[in-house]
Amino acid sequence: MVEATEIVKAYGSFRALDRVSFDIYDGEKVVIIGPSGSGKSTMLRSINRLEEIDRGRIIVDGMDLNDPKTDIIKVREEVGMVFQSFNLFPHKTVLENLTLAQIVVRKRSRQEAEERAMELLEKVGLVGKAKAYPGKLSGGQQQRVAIARSLAMDPKLMLFDEPTSALDPEMIGEVLDVMKDLARDGMTMAVVTHEMGFAREVADRVIFMDAGRIVEEGTPEHFFTAPSHERAKLFLSQIL
Amino acid sequence: MTIEAKNQIIDVGDGAAIPRKSDRGLFTAWRIAFFGAIGTLIYLVQTQPDPYLNILKFVPDGILVTFQVTLGAILLAIVIGLITGLGRISKNRFFNGAASLYVEIIRGIPLLVQIFYIYYALGRFVQVPAILSAIIAMAVCYGAYMGEVVRAGIQSIAKGQTEAALSLGMNSRQTMFHVILPQSVKVILPPVGNEFIALLKDSSLVSIIAVADLLRRGREFASESFTYFETYTVIALIYLIITLFFSKIIGVMEERVSVNK
Repeated sequence: MVEATEIVKAYGSFRALDRVSFDIYDGEKVVIIGPSGSGKSTMLRSINRLEEIDRGRIIVDGMDLNDPKTDIIKVREEVGMVFQSFNLFPHKTVLENLTLAQIVVRKRSRQEAEERAMELLEKVGLVGKAKAYPGKLSGGQQQRVAIARSLAMDPKLMLFDEPTSALDPEMIGEVLDVMKDLARDGMTMAVVTHEMGFAREVADRVIFMDAGRIVEEGTPEHFFTAPSHERAKLFLSQIL
Repeated sequence: MTIEAKNQIIDVGDGAAIPRKSDRGLFTAWRIAFFGAIGTLIYLVQTQPDPYLNILKFVPDGILVTFQVTLGAILLAIVIGLITGLGRISKNRFFNGAASLYVEIIRGIPLLVQIFYIYYALGRFVQVPAILSAIIAMAVCYGAYMGEVVRAGIQSIAKGQTEAALSLGMNSRQTMFHVILPQSVKVILPPVGNEFIALLKDSSLVSIIAVADLLRRGREFASESFTYFETYTVIALIYLIITLFFSKIIGVMEERVSVNK
């Protein structure tokens, strides 16, 4: 699904990503962890080009992001993204949040878009909130709506950028549950998170990053029980 | 926690003050000024119908012209401001450069000079009625200020909104019109109201190019009857009543918008 080779992203002399290569296979759940400032979010955001890379090559669903002929819109239609700060559209109702891009981008009819939206609200358990404005919802509810909004585009890949970091502890569970359901349904997912329990349970592969590089990569069992790299050991000892 | 653009403070120069919520109570500054002005006007007319009643009968045509100029100019200025504001944040170099140059030039020339310039410059090529060139001059000037209001309004919307829209596959135009602009309206509205009132007052400048607005009508009456003090007292009171009236309306509108969120 994603093939990234030797990507570099620099802010001045600081290298946020330093020749990073990684793949995400169809149906795979990849969890990316690491200390803050290690380049996790930058890496994730380069996949749908919210962050433009300076060097290297990224191919998403067969489309080369560097190729000037590639229409980035087509890539973004296939790649959903969930943000730490939800970023729901505050001037639109929950239902309108879910239908806007379907109508404007996917060119679906209003009725078709609303049916799809209601299906997804059912899935995230928020049918009753369809007419509410995001400002009236709790953080956990807002993030579930944000996930549903991305899913409404029927993406092939979902990116999660610290989806539970802005939530009160008691709301983290409901969001993770929705993500676990999604994983069970076979969605291809790349998740930046500090939730180690989620990583252990859901991930097919864990990527550990530090200082703009991928330091360690492997199955959750390997990573959590026998990490080979010193930096990874230190990080785990601090966080667990 | 959503990051929203609430209570954005945008500096747009010297518009009239909008009454604050805290200014409640019977004797607010607004009430004293507004009803005081009306009361004074009524008192003067009743006690000395000559010349005050005659003045009051003479100037309504001018009030109408003042409204025409103000309304025409503000509508045109909003359109110009929208285009300029979008230009100022555009990545297109030409569009951005043109908008910035326009703002810099206009802000550096006094409005009165602009009015003269457009009136006489246009007059050299096409025969334009004075009122039309007055409206154009005011709109060109206020469009530049309005452009900065629009730019600030757009930039006050959190970056995450744009990112969310883009990540859903929207292009930059769809993002602007479906996501960013509707949210900026709330931020832009109060300063636009201030600009409206400032424009209303500045519209008195057009009296200099033979537009028969409120001030011009007053001057005509005064120079015929030699009642300068009396006439300009009435003119000042009328301007005061009109601007205070609109500042109240704008204040109420602003409150409505901030409640309806």
